[in-house]
Amino acid sequence: MTETMVQIVDVVLLILLAITGIAVIRTRNLFVAVMLAGIYSLVSAGLFVVMDAVDVAFTEAAVGAGISTVLLLCTLALVGYKESKPQHTTILPLFVVIVTGGVLVYGTAEIPPFGEPDNPAHQNVAAHYIHDSGDEIGHIPNVVTSVLASYRGYDTMGETAVIFTAMVGVLLLLSRGSLPKRVYHAGHWHKVKRGMTREDLIAEMEDEEAHDSTVVGGEDEEDG
Amino acid sequence: MDDRVILRVGTKVLSPFILLFALYVQFHGDYGPGGGFQAGVIFAAVFVLYALVFGLERAMKVMPAKVAYACGALGVALYLGVGYLSMFRGGEFLNYSYLFDPEHDPTHGQHYGIIGVELGVLVTVFGVMVALFYAFAGRRRVDT
Repeated sequence: MTETMVQIVDVVLLILLAITGIAVIRTRNLFVAVMLAGIYSLVSAGLFVVMDAVDVAFTEAAVGAGISTVLLLCTLALVGYKESKPQHTTILPLFVVIVTGGVLVYGTAEIPPFGEPDNPAHQNVAAHYIHDSGDEIGHIPNVVTSVLASYRGYDTMGETAVIFTAMVGVLLLLSRGSLPKRVYHAGHWHKVKRGMTREDLIAEMEDEEAHDSTVVGGEDEEDG
Repeated sequence: MDDRVILRVGTKVLSPFILLFALYVQFHGDYGPGGGFQAGVIFAAVFVLYALVFGLERAMKVMPAKVAYACGALGVALYLGVGYLSMFRGGEFLNYSYLFDPEHDPTHGQHYGIIGVELGVLVTVFGVMVALFYAFAGRRRVDT
């Protein structure tokens, strides 16, 4: 691709990104917002491809536009599609956003030009990876894989552990888990029979409570 | 759910190809973009798609939640296992050059080590993505 073509693609993608960003802010329908956020991720993935970061683009398209959109839709099924009107004025948040954005734009003035060979990022270990990874790691044309899995094996191990930890955290918070063998409620133990659902158990306990009028002040235990 | 024939047939026709594509992304990671993380997400996407079309219960019969949890842990164990193996072989932790005998070409060990850890990443990411989806989709709305 020639230089001007790249610039045209960049401008078109950035305009699309800005349009979807503004649309996400303006819409009150959360379903629309989630879908637009997915499109935002996909357009960012396109931008990453233009910047030759195909591995990042791949991840952004798969996770940002795919899985996280589905997870957000699952959440919407629980909380509803309507966003309530804000109860405070939007002037202070707008001020904060404009100031932060201004500082960020000011900061880009110091960033070295994109893709220049004598940028700091290319001075350190990158040259070594590109020159010597063929001898050290073997014939792996994608240097990103060599760096990720071998040179930076510790980092990737940490990332894998972080993903695993995320699962443990979400399961502890959200999962209802399996039922215990017996449950103490209103003065006695209830045996949980095989194949019994949580709803069955609650119904049985309420049933017994209605019969057992002698027990006064039986605590209403929440399940879970 | 029963009258959406195009969705159901389309899902069944596409699923094996998406799984195959995930494996392609996994094993082509040495030569082009891709690798364990992306492949794991694509692999999990098949089961998410299946659950969206056929319902969560049927998806949990195809891929039980416990299997997904086990995958999440197994991948990390596989990654660590490759690391420890290279350590017991006389190298440093995660130094795959020592995976084979000393007279062997060390880049050979590097190659297989990378395949091993990438497989670990794939298994963990797949398991975690499916588990996260099950955890979110398995909750019912509670009206307070």
